[in-house]
Amino acid sequence: MSKRLMEGSEAMVEAAITSGCRFFAGYPMTPFTEVLENFAKKLPEVGGVCVNAESELEAVGMAWGALATGARAATGSTGQGLSLMQESFSEITLAELPLVAFNMARGQGDYFQSTRGGGHGDYRHIVLAPMDIAEAVELTQLAFHLADTWRNPVLVQGDYLLAHTAESVDVSPADFGPVPDKDWAVDGSGGGSGASKVISPLGIGKTNTPGPGIEGQMQAVADKLTRIAAAEPRAESGFLDDAEHVVVAFGTPAKFVRYAVRRLRDKGLRVGYVRPITLWPFPADAVAAAAAGKQSVLVFELNAGQMIDDVRLAVLGSAPVRFIGGISTDHSGFGVGALLDVEVIAGRIEEAVQAGVAA
Amino acid sequence: MTTDEPVLHPVGEKLPSLLQSGEHDLCPGCGEPVAIRILLETLAELGLSTSTIGVVGIGCYTAFARTLDVDLVQALHGRAPSVATGVKRMQPDKAVFTLQGDGDMVNEGLQEVLHTAARGENVTCVLLNNGVFGETGGHMTATSVLGQRTKTSLTGRDAEYHGYPIVIGDLLAQLEGAAYIARGSVQNAGAVAHTKRMMRKAFESQMAGGGFSMVEVLTMCPTGWFVPTAEGPGYMGDTLGQVHVMGELKTR
Repeated sequence: MSKRLMEGSEAMVEAAITSGCRFFAGYPMTPFTEVLENFAKKLPEVGGVCVNAESELEAVGMAWGALATGARAATGSTGQGLSLMQESFSEITLAELPLVAFNMARGQGDYFQSTRGGGHGDYRHIVLAPMDIAEAVELTQLAFHLADTWRNPVLVQGDYLLAHTAESVDVSPADFGPVPDKDWAVDGSGGGSGASKVISPLGIGKTNTPGPGIEGQMQAVADKLTRIAAAEPRAESGFLDDAEHVVVAFGTPAKFVRYAVRRLRDKGLRVGYVRPITLWPFPADAVAAAAAGKQSVLVFELNAGQMIDDVRLAVLGSAPVRFIGGISTDHSGFGVGALLDVEVIAGRIEEAVQAGVAA
Repeated sequence: MTTDEPVLHPVGEKLPSLLQSGEHDLCPGCGEPVAIRILLETLAELGLSTSTIGVVGIGCYTAFARTLDVDLVQALHGRAPSVATGVKRMQPDKAVFTLQGDGDMVNEGLQEVLHTAARGENVTCVLLNNGVFGETGGHMTATSVLGQRTKTSLTGRDAEYHGYPIVIGDLLAQLEGAAYIARGSVQNAGAVAHTKRMMRKAFESQMAGGGFSMVEVLTMCPTGWFVPTAEGPGYMGDTLGQVHVMGELKTR
């Protein structure tokens, strides 16, 4: 184990490469740009390829092709760029290709995009939301493992803070255990054998090896997503034992919330926190357990209120759920605004607690 | 590796070796099966049967993804050149082709094919150009010629109202990254033989590392053109063939 001081963008790219990622295609956009830059610099050094694609539509298409050959491949952008990729995200999921995508988001307004998707049809992506660079390294490595395990896209949800701050981190390869053989991948050798393959979202198969058909493929993916939803929720929590109030937050703001909670504890406020690490599958059981018997559940997120829907669905009315986040950004719209401040967050938690007591 | 010797035989006499089945649900008079036969025979004759990956777009020809005995990736409408780029970069020693219609390549995916050509991506794009959205039932595409009647140009394509067609092969031929660009046709036996030579040159260029290659094949779609089946080849020559002119457009 050796730690090096690295910006989040570089650390996540190194984590991807140590996980075996050998293809990346992307289109520059702040705050994702440095992820692309680092892939462009580092992938050729290990015999991989990084394409500075002409658009996000083409970037995700190129990753699709690389994945079809069995390579570990990724793409990424900000939420704005990922909006352009949604059609392919839907169909890559139905084609059961193990895409890893990075969303270096501007704030947290992409929660719905990431967890519901802007594409058509029934599909979900596993969404991993690291709170700091060390966790971003771990979750980037996990993303490739989960993608291959489930043959389903995995989205790593970062932001400006994660991309552009530096921490001392260890990016040595992580061992999550074996993944299934990629016997579905195409290498061109099947031609003329009567056993050639087709990788398709349509479930068509070949004449000699018929696929399940469109309905069958959709149902198979839906059934798999149900299994993922049961197997993969992840959350971290703290100070819940004697807490009267619980704050829910994800991503880098959750680290601010955790610190604010710790300081409020020092002041005697009985408050705890839950941090969803997977945004999908949402750790509903962990949130429900944390909410049980509490006076209030407070949701902090840097948007107009998106994850709060999942919190309400998890809590199912067993405790009042209050929104203490909001839209907050810098003048460039990169998502680093006045709300991302421990004093402000602690103040909002205290206010909400007092308002709840008064009510 | 199976290699078929070049043989002259009447169309329909035998199945190409790279078909799992001759079943299809295309309309009578459709030119696409002939173009696909040219592609499959070329791959076999060049000894590429066991080292080829195809990327198929969305159109009537998509149904061939089931029957072609070639490793394939099904792409979205318009996106095949990008998908082929990812395939080729990871499998640089394999022959990689796209199979697209004019709606797929020239409407939805114009940007993709232009940039793929400009990058000199070492893949072969095969365009089945019938100047119409056949699968949806006869709608105007970017290659529909002036005067052509479609369901979205009922009185004929009018330059002032609908704009002009894109002559894609000529456009691609201007790009530095393009190594071989040719336009063939399946309107008669001579054109088929000529087009097959073009297909062979395109794949030979790719296997020699030449860069981007593209073979455009004019294919009949009497159903989408609303003309009697037997008149398809003649209609094509008189309309599409006058604008999208057969010949080699770029060699190097």
